[in-house]
Amino acid sequence: MNAMPPPPIALTVNGQTHALPLPPATRLSAALRDTLGLTGTKIGCDAGDCGACTVLLDGAQVCACMVPVAQAAGAQVTTVEGLAGTRWGQALAASFLHHGAAQCGICTPGMVMAAAELLARDATPDEAAVEAALGGVLCRCTGYRKITDAVLDAHRFLDTPPAPESGAVGARIPRLDGPAKLDGSERYGADAAPADALWLRPIRSPHAHARFTLPDIPQFLAANPGVEAVLTARDVPGRNGFGIYPHIKDQPVFAEHTVLYRGDCVAALVGTRDAVLRAEFPVAWVPLPALDVTAARADGAPLLHAHLPGNILTTGRVVSGTAAPAAHTARIAVQTSFVEHAYIEPEAGYAQRIGDVVEVFASTQAPYMDREEVAGVLGIPEDRVRIIPSACGGGFGGKLDVAVQPMLAVAAWLLNKPVRTIYARPESMLSSTKRHPASITAEAGCDAQGRLTHIHFDGDYDTGAYASWGPTVAGRVPVHASGPYRVPQVAAVARAVHTHNPPSGAFRGFGVPQAAIAQEALWDQLADAAGLDRLEFRVLNALRAGDTTATGQRVEHSVGLLACLEALRPHWQALRARAAAENARGGALRHGVGVACMWYGIGNTGMSNPSTMRLELTPDGALTFFNGAVDIGQGSTTVLHQIAAEALGLPVVVFAHVNGDTFLTPDAGKTSASRQTFVSGRAAFEAGRALRADILRRANAGDDAALSLEAGVLRVNGASLHLHETLRAEGRFDPPTVPLDENGQGIPYATYGFAAQIAALAVDTRLGTIKLYRIVAAHDVGRAINPTLLEGQIHGGIAQGIGLALMEEYIPGRTENLHDYLIPSMGDVPPIDTILIEDPEPLGPCGAKGVGEPALVATAPAIYSAIRDATGAVITRVPALPHRVLEALRRG
Amino acid sequence: MAQYLPVECRANSPYARKMDAYFRPMSLPEALDLMARHRPQPLAGGTDLYPWITGAEVWGPRPALNWLDMSGIAALRGVSATRIGALATWTEVAEAALPPAFRALQQAARQVGGRQVQNRGTVLGNLCNASPAADGVPPLLLLDAEVELASAAGTRRIALSQFILHNRRTARTPEEIAVALHIPAQPDVESRFEKLGARKQLVISIAMAAGLARWDGKRIAQARVAIGACSPVARRLHGLEAALLGATRDEAAQIIARLPLPELSPIADVRGSAAYRAAAARDVVARAVLA
Repeated sequence: MNAMPPPPIALTVNGQTHALPLPPATRLSAALRDTLGLTGTKIGCDAGDCGACTVLLDGAQVCACMVPVAQAAGAQVTTVEGLAGTRWGQALAASFLHHGAAQCGICTPGMVMAAAELLARDATPDEAAVEAALGGVLCRCTGYRKITDAVLDAHRFLDTPPAPESGAVGARIPRLDGPAKLDGSERYGADAAPADALWLRPIRSPHAHARFTLPDIPQFLAANPGVEAVLTARDVPGRNGFGIYPHIKDQPVFAEHTVLYRGDCVAALVGTRDAVLRAEFPVAWVPLPALDVTAARADGAPLLHAHLPGNILTTGRVVSGTAAPAAHTARIAVQTSFVEHAYIEPEAGYAQRIGDVVEVFASTQAPYMDREEVAGVLGIPEDRVRIIPSACGGGFGGKLDVAVQPMLAVAAWLLNKPVRTIYARPESMLSSTKRHPASITAEAGCDAQGRLTHIHFDGDYDTGAYASWGPTVAGRVPVHASGPYRVPQVAAVARAVHTHNPPSGAFRGFGVPQAAIAQEALWDQLADAAGLDRLEFRVLNALRAGDTTATGQRVEHSVGLLACLEALRPHWQALRARAAAENARGGALRHGVGVACMWYGIGNTGMSNPSTMRLELTPDGALTFFNGAVDIGQGSTTVLHQIAAEALGLPVVVFAHVNGDTFLTPDAGKTSASRQTFVSGRAAFEAGRALRADILRRANAGDDAALSLEAGVLRVNGASLHLHETLRAEGRFDPPTVPLDENGQGIPYATYGFAAQIAALAVDTRLGTIKLYRIVAAHDVGRAINPTLLEGQIHGGIAQGIGLALMEEYIPGRTENLHDYLIPSMGDVPPIDTILIEDPEPLGPCGAKGVGEPALVATAPAIYSAIRDATGAVITRVPALPHRVLEALRRG
Repeated sequence: MAQYLPVECRANSPYARKMDAYFRPMSLPEALDLMARHRPQPLAGGTDLYPWITGAEVWGPRPALNWLDMSGIAALRGVSATRIGALATWTEVAEAALPPAFRALQQAARQVGGRQVQNRGTVLGNLCNASPAADGVPPLLLLDAEVELASAAGTRRIALSQFILHNRRTARTPEEIAVALHIPAQPDVESRFEKLGARKQLVISIAMAAGLARWDGKRIAQARVAIGACSPVARRLHGLEAALLGATRDEAAQIIARLPLPELSPIADVRGSAAYRAAAARDVVARAVLA
């Protein structure tokens, strides 16, 4: 081809025209981000599946990833940065913040751009118009309802600046880190890197199991100018392995000789972006047989890891009590699928070496664990590793494991140059951890009055090629296998089984959502057998304060399940009556209502998981909150400020904030296990109390003194107090637990979240499709620190529960994108009624406990309960895709 | 919106990738000359081509690609009851004032991707991409649309049912551009599109159908039915259309439920089993024709 070098392209963005010397086929998104530095436009998939990159082209919304920059020449391009300065931009920002419509914020620019297109032609749209306009943007956090509300309501915020808020505990303050998510200035993993950073491209296995030979590397480098290095196993200066558990570092940074899953990494090319992306790196693969769970558990099966007989990584057990005679029994076998986290932000970051320190900036849920992994692979002490978390564009457990961090650190360390990488969507999906597919058999009984007698539970959880969080899942599942009920005899076993599948790790609920599907289905069968209403059956058997669980733990406080069920009862009766009336009309649509309960232990299972929070107040009145808890969108930054402010007695607006930098903040553990409000919240409370006590002592004031801090002047009961030194106060909390013994006896968690949810739906009995009408969710949260953020967590958990129940099935090699792998879109989440029950937890800050995972667990079982109510069909293959619903219907 | 992806661009030495060439002609004759000389990949809205690139780059560099950007060719624009130009987007089709027989096409236009895709993707591109699940095909089969193909050697018209040959394969030669769809006069009857998917928005169809029925009193006087995603190429069901003539609503429902449909050969994939598709096909047809 002898095409002339293209002339510069005149691109007008937010009213400014630039002459860009770019190839004409360059994606508009790349021109905006990489050339103009407008990183408010986010890249989620580069395939038009997620809408995160939505911008306006002459006022019409388009995916910037699919527009050749040549076609944008001569048009008006508007990005979130440009919108932010407009009347509608400001109204949308205010409305999104007021409604809690931005969580992680990675989809937010796309959402507001789509909304801007709509509002420009219709300032007061209806819900259908909002869905039509915003339905092309996927959100994984919010469950969409609050986004819809925010757009419907945006006109009310025109020319109305938001009023400042005190931020007391219980107040619905907008998230403190929200404004940057609305104007595009938030920096996610792909949004920042030193200008001279090299680019890293991982080389991965396309085979589930294979031996491999790398090409001759000097020859490759000679043929590929611009590629500075090829990193392989032999280049890792420390331990070529990482993993969640200190004694299981089984996942190599770069595999040696053999790969164990499709996506396993064998090498990385480092150099100029163009050079590493263009290079053909010919690895010779010899595919080997790949084991699934059945094959891995067969007698004589080859072992993935030589020291693990039977390919069993961990077996968790809870055995207790003796069974009373059962009048009715029920059994079920359930098979679930891999579920992809599908955070809209793919993994990304950079690393650089500064002297003998390595800095890693990346999207993460666990900076302190990242520090341990990076130090391990570099073979250096942890205090020479600085982890700087980027804003996290969704995690849900998937960013608890390292991804880019070890290989970036190795590259930056060896080359002594900054190095960055951004995973493409398919790479993110095929390399990252998943929710464990579970093969569960369970059997349970009740007496003639409907009181539960026993449950026996056996689950094989496909933990994939490497350990990741497999032991955590196998340990947590048996504890939760009985659900939040009085069950006299429990025998529960869960195994984490190695296969040649992607590593299964942490995903919102750690295996409990899969278990709840089986266990709640049994309760429905037993309720019918005993002639009891399904909700009343759960009321009869619900765990109450003072009961003893199957692990021998007496739960004394904050057992709000009964209150949840009682709050649901009027909704249950009304929705049941409505379904009956609909069904009386006949037709192919059958209506049903389902109910399910859940419990969830907050924090690690029978293991220490402390948090430390620090406050500093300088003599010139600067109050800083050093908070190591990563806010992955759930709102911990805001909630922890509210708690610290309440304990200290000052409003949240006076705090400056340093977040999650391992050189600056104390260890707050990881953002997982629904622990940040409960554990870090209690630590923040203690820090606030300690600083307050110090101030009051210096002012010689009583406990009830009023503090103020304005214009750098600290006042106690109105009298200014001058400090001669900086005050530092730390709070630490480690929830009291007792490790489980070989029968699963102990105190696995200091407290539990409880919930009950109702799903109302219609089944199209001819096509097997499900139309959800309503979810009603009652959650015992101990104390609602910020009801808006709590509702957001519950909505988002429900949306993921809907996905788990009805559509999400990750198949390696087949659904490695966001059009074959389906997550709920805007129209899939029905109206949700949220009922917050506050049964205070004495250990928690102001009585609070966690909600992140509890939000999800009950949803899929409630949906299946409703499908069975509507049609009699029992769903045993998850997800309930239309063809599976029809198959279940035919089985009856 | 990509037309089918060329095989001739795939030969590359391992260590030296050729550069892309990008042509943006402003007239059709100029474009056809470029097609004859370079056989580039025609580009309209890019909504198939860019996702293809993302998929092609997962395991390494993609092949070089020569692009022919058609967006500057004014002659390819426009939507009317007789002609849909190659650059007509889904949104333009959805918002155009068109006769009732076009309703299925307009309903499909609002269910292809999100609004972002509808604002950019073109109807012609959807046909040229030739996915078995292309939502545009059944509504256009219903209209007996013809595809106009142009090359430097001349112009030809080919029935849509002859244009799409197989999964991802069309009758377009590498020198040709699909310049327009031509639609004959239609019965004054509203058509209907039925899409079956596992979620509400942004979903690839498990099956979809377009149908129309003209009633003479209580009996069907004319019926047209087309179905997609149940065979490698979406099909008109002429046998069923004939069988429906003269049927009452109840009889029609029975015929749709029972008549053998040899045109269909549904496959099993991640979206549904073959048996499910075979059964669901009849149901979406019934809803499209009888709703």
